[in-house]
Parts: sequence; C-alpha cells; structure tokens
Amino acid sequence: MAAVTTSTERSLNKLAIVGVLIVTMIFLAPIYWIASTAFKPRNLATTIPPTVVFQPEISPFVKLFTKRSQLRTAPTPEQYAAAPWWERLVFDGGEKVVRSGRGEVQWSGYPSRFMNSLIVAITSTILAVGMGTFTAYGFSRFKIKGEQDLLFFILSTRMLPPVVVAIPMFLMYRAVGLNDTHWGLIILYTAFNLSFSVWLMKGFMDEIPKEYEEAALVDGYTRMEAFFKIVLPEAATGIAATAVFCFITAWNEYAFALIMTNRRAQTAPPFIPSQVGSGLPDWTVIAAGTFLFLLPVAIFTFLLRNHLLRGMSFGAIRK
Amino acid sequence: MTQIELRGVQKFFGAVQVIKDLNLKIDDNEFIVLLGQSGCGKTTTLRAIAGLETIDGGDVLIDGKPVQHLKAADRDIAMVFQSFSLYPHMSVYENIAFPLRATRKSTAEIDGEVRSVAKVLQITDLLGKKPSALSGGDMQRVAMGRALVRRPKAMLMDEPIGALDAKLREEMRAEIKRLHIKQGSTTIYVTHDQIEAMSLADRIVIMHEGVLQQVGSPSEVYTRPANLFVAQFVGSPVMNVANAAVTMNGSGARVAVDGAAEGFLFPAELVGQLDAANVGQDRLALGIRPEGVMVSREAADGYLPVEAHIIEPLGSYDIVDLKVGTQMLRARTRSGFVGKPGAQVFAKLDPAQAHFFDTTSGKSLGVRL
Repeated sequence: MAAVTTSTERSLNKLAIVGVLIVTMIFLAPIYWIASTAFKPRNLATTIPPTVVFQPEISPFVKLFTKRSQLRTAPTPEQYAAAPWWERLVFDGGEKVVRSGRGEVQWSGYPSRFMNSLIVAITSTILAVGMGTFTAYGFSRFKIKGEQDLLFFILSTRMLPPVVVAIPMFLMYRAVGLNDTHWGLIILYTAFNLSFSVWLMKGFMDEIPKEYEEAALVDGYTRMEAFFKIVLPEAATGIAATAVFCFITAWNEYAFALIMTNRRAQTAPPFIPSQVGSGLPDWTVIAAGTFLFLLPVAIFTFLLRNHLLRGMSFGAIRK
Repeated sequence: MTQIELRGVQKFFGAVQVIKDLNLKIDDNEFIVLLGQSGCGKTTTLRAIAGLETIDGGDVLIDGKPVQHLKAADRDIAMVFQSFSLYPHMSVYENIAFPLRATRKSTAEIDGEVRSVAKVLQITDLLGKKPSALSGGDMQRVAMGRALVRRPKAMLMDEPIGALDAKLREEMRAEIKRLHIKQGSTTIYVTHDQIEAMSLADRIVIMHEGVLQQVGSPSEVYTRPANLFVAQFVGSPVMNVANAAVTMNGSGARVAVDGAAEGFLFPAELVGQLDAANVGQDRLALGIRPEGVMVSREAADGYLPVEAHIIEPLGSYDIVDLKVGTQMLRARTRSGFVGKPGAQVFAKLDPAQAHFFDTTSGKSLGVRL
C-alpha cells in the first residue's frame, strides 16, 4: 500500500466509513428494537411514536418464564406486601403471576423449549461436524472409487427444499415413534447439516498439506494418531467455521420443528410465534423470548469470530 | 549398523511405471544421493523406502529384513521433507520432541534429548518459538533436529534445501555434510541439483524415467559416465556431444565431428577400441566436457583452426562456443583468453577426457585413452 495518500483517497475513505456505518445501523436496528422492547414496561411497548427513553425493567422476562394471567382486580395490599420482588414487578404492570392451588410458582413453556433448542442444536452440531470431518478427511486423503459422484450425491441431498419432504418425513417419524422426540430432531438436523459439513470440511482438509501427516507417520505415529494430533489441530479453524454454520441452521430451523414436535421436544422457534396468538399479545414478553433466543448464536459466533474470519477466506481458496 | 537394499522394486501409478526394476544396495553410514530430473522416480523411491508409498513388486530390505509390508512408523526411519513439514501449531521444542513422544520415554529423557539435538544444531534459543516465526534456514535446522532426535536407523531427505535461496543453500549443504560426518547415519538424499549431489554424496545414484542409470562416486559419474544421459546430466556446463566419424590417418586416428572437413587427432589405439566395441560409424557420438577442449591463440601441432562464436564470461573462467563443422563445441578457457566473438582460434581435444557413445542405445563404449 502506498504510504502517501492523496486527499481524494482520504475523502473516499471517509465516505466508505460513513457508508459502512449506515449499513451497520440498518442491520442492527431490528436487533436494537427487540432488545429494547424486551426491557420495556408493557404500556410503553406499542406507543406511537415509539418510546426510546424509558426505565428498563425485567418484568417481561419474569412473565416469559412463568405462567400468568390478567388480574380481575388490583392485588390487595396484603397480597402485594407478601409477594417477592419479581412478582411485584408484574403486579405493577397490572398482571398477576399465577400460582397453582398449592401456591407454587409454575414455569411457563419457554424454559423447556429453550432447553430443547440447546440440546437439539448442540447435539446435532457435534454429530454433523464430527461425521463431516471424518468423511471429508477420507475423501481428501484416500483414493475412493467414484469420489466425485459420491460427493455430488452428498450435495444432492440439499437440492430439494427441505419442506418438500416434510410430510413424508412426518409420516415416517410417526410410524417409528420419532415424532416429538429430541432424537428425532437431532437425526433430522444432523442429516440436513451433514452434506454441508462434508463439503466445507473437504475444502479445509484439502488445504492441509499431506506432508504434515506423512511426517507424523514417519515419526512413529499411526494414521489415527496423526489425524488427532496433527490434522485436527490444523483443521480447528475449519471445524469452528463449520460448527457455527451448522449451529445456526439447527438453532433457527422452524418448519420441521413445527411439524415434528408439539410439546415434549418442541424447540423455541415454533414456540415463540405461538405465543402471539394467545389472547392480547404481550409484545414485551415475545421480545424477551426472541432476545434470549438470539443470544446463544451471538455468543457462539462471537467466541469463534477469529476462526470464522480466517475460516471464510481459508476454505474459499482452492488449489 | 544400517544397510538398506532395494531388490527389483517396481512401482506403478495407474498405467505409468514410475520405478522400473530398481536394484540398489546402500551400506552403513553411507551418504547416497538420488539424482535425476523431476518425475524420474527418485522421490517415489525415497517414499517407498520410508513406507509412505507401497510398491508393486520387489523387496525393500533394511538390515536384511524385508520391510515393504511394515508401516512407516515401524521402520524406524526419519525423513526431512522439502516443505520441512513443521507442525505449525507446535513450538519448535514440541516439534523436535514429537517423534520421542511416540516412544515410551520419560519427560526428563525427552527434554534431555531435545536439548542436546538443539545444541548440535545451534537452535537452542529458538525452542520456544513457533515455526511460522522462523527463517527458512532455521526451519530447515528444526526439521533436521526432528529427524535426528530419535537416532533413526536411516535418514531420508527429500530435496531438503530446495526451497531455500542460493546462498543459504550453500550454507546448509555444508551443514548437512558436517552433521553427517558427526552423527554418521545412513542417509539417502534426493535432489535434482547435480552440484548438491556432487558435493554431498559418497555415491550418486542417477535415475531417469524410473530406470537407474548409474551408481558411483561423484568423480566416477563425472569422469566415467555410463551413458549419454548421465554424461549430459552431470556437470555444468554440460558435456559437448556430437556425432563423429573416425578415420585412420597415418600414425593416428582422426575424429571429425558432424560437418567438419578435418578431424581432431587421436591416438591410434582408439580405432582398435572402437572395433572391439563393434559400433558402426553412423551410430558413433563423441562426448567431451568443455575443459577437455583445449584452445590456443596460435596454430600448433594437432590444433585445428576454429571460429569463436559466443563468449560467456563467468568470472573465474569463460565458456567459449567454437564452431566446428556444423557443430558448436563449448570450451572452458581462462578469463578473457579469447578476445571477442568471431576471433579465429585453434582447438584440440584431450583424448584422455573424450568419451564415445553408441547413439542408438546411448551407452558409453568404455573407450579409455
């Protein structure tokens, strides 16, 4: 790069920075909207013009995690005094946290859906990336008869829109008792991500020079040991990038989760919109549920950001 | 004590035969260089010895035992790759310790051996660094350290200094030689650089298109090339080769290169030796290195008048192209000996440095004058 920049170049640079800022704001606006709504009192959620400055509160999250209903009358002072702090937050909003006949606080449907999402997404990601890595290694290192055809076959599983097979899958799942089970969704998402994982990992594996393993083989290691001690650490970047993509796909998947699950194994994506329909929608609660749902992917991607940036360009360059 | 022997080794890549019936015996402590152009099968041979490549026929023996069915890990051989293949995610220390960790050695033993090898190679201060932080020469030293630390039965090196720049190559060449003399292990070294081969080898093995051409000491392959390929592959600048006609003329023989009216004077016994070789005149080629072409500025007995064409000044000597008949003979002269292109000079061939070949088979006729 030239050490001397002209004034035109400098003003172009400034323009580019302004452009990037504008685009970033456009992309971040919906996320800000959801995050701010998640912390608003209910009466400020739907004001026109929108309320920007407000006293944030966590009552939407309390309502999100508990079963609740509207109070017919305002709580009595005794009721209010006996309530814990988080119930008071809800009372202040004109609602009541419902306790069962025995006075127990009841969980709403959200925590279990969130847990289901985590279980299904994490397990299927581990399986898809693990199997994909081994498969890609095999394709990359060994002469396999009909290698190109096999790779094409693996890719061809992505050529149909998945929803096309949803109904047959549902019938098959019902027949073998896999519907509304964690394993049902895990198998589905693993199968769905596997082709992607194999192709992406193959690109990364091809980039790792064969000589590394050969050096390890000559140094007295078996191929398996060479794979775990040399190839895997070298492929860490690719594995991280693949894992992020697989995790996002599994975490966001809506259509199959909607069809295949209804209660026990239901994940968060079909659950959150289902809340919109029950009575007068409480947008703060929905925003809170959506906001929490955004977090795992954001955290996961943030933790692996360095690998991801390297990984994008690393896998893209093919010899 | 490690001897390596190849017996009738064959190797195919698909329909292409890359090693054709290779027989070679390598003695203990010997430094063998496999020399040849790229694609001649030298690297494949090395990899077959290492166990990284299977062979399709013949035997690979280490200390008399066939090892072709053993895995690379079980052959107790170390290898240095052209790309060095240092594990990027490990420090220099871990790289060198890596082969030892495959054995059942204690941490203290490993530490001691890594440090002693590092000391020999003068890389002790690099042990904490990652390979990416090293210069080419240091990477090479670490790769050597990783190979040496296990005290393997044999060291295999695949163009280990090919990736370095010219000056460093010369330095590392000397260092490899010094290490070999000091550590003394059977070494097989692959290169396409004949200068590297000449300077390092106890014996050079020259390969061409999967076939072994000649095995011999550097001076043997230089002064007594077995065939035209070896004659022209070894030596820089390359040997002059021209079709030649031999006639008897009074007391001596005359050797005329293609298109030349007059022949160079040779001793009479040449004719007898050529008759014994039983090669027709039409299949006869003369080979002579540039230092075997003697140049004089004045006419003298036995010297023929020739015209200087191109002069390449190389500092310590000049290479002069002399036009003889339709051929160009390259001669090596003192710097500035021939004034300018186009000058008339006189040339003579040194019979002791002349080689005669059968152009059909390419084989040397073994004429020694």
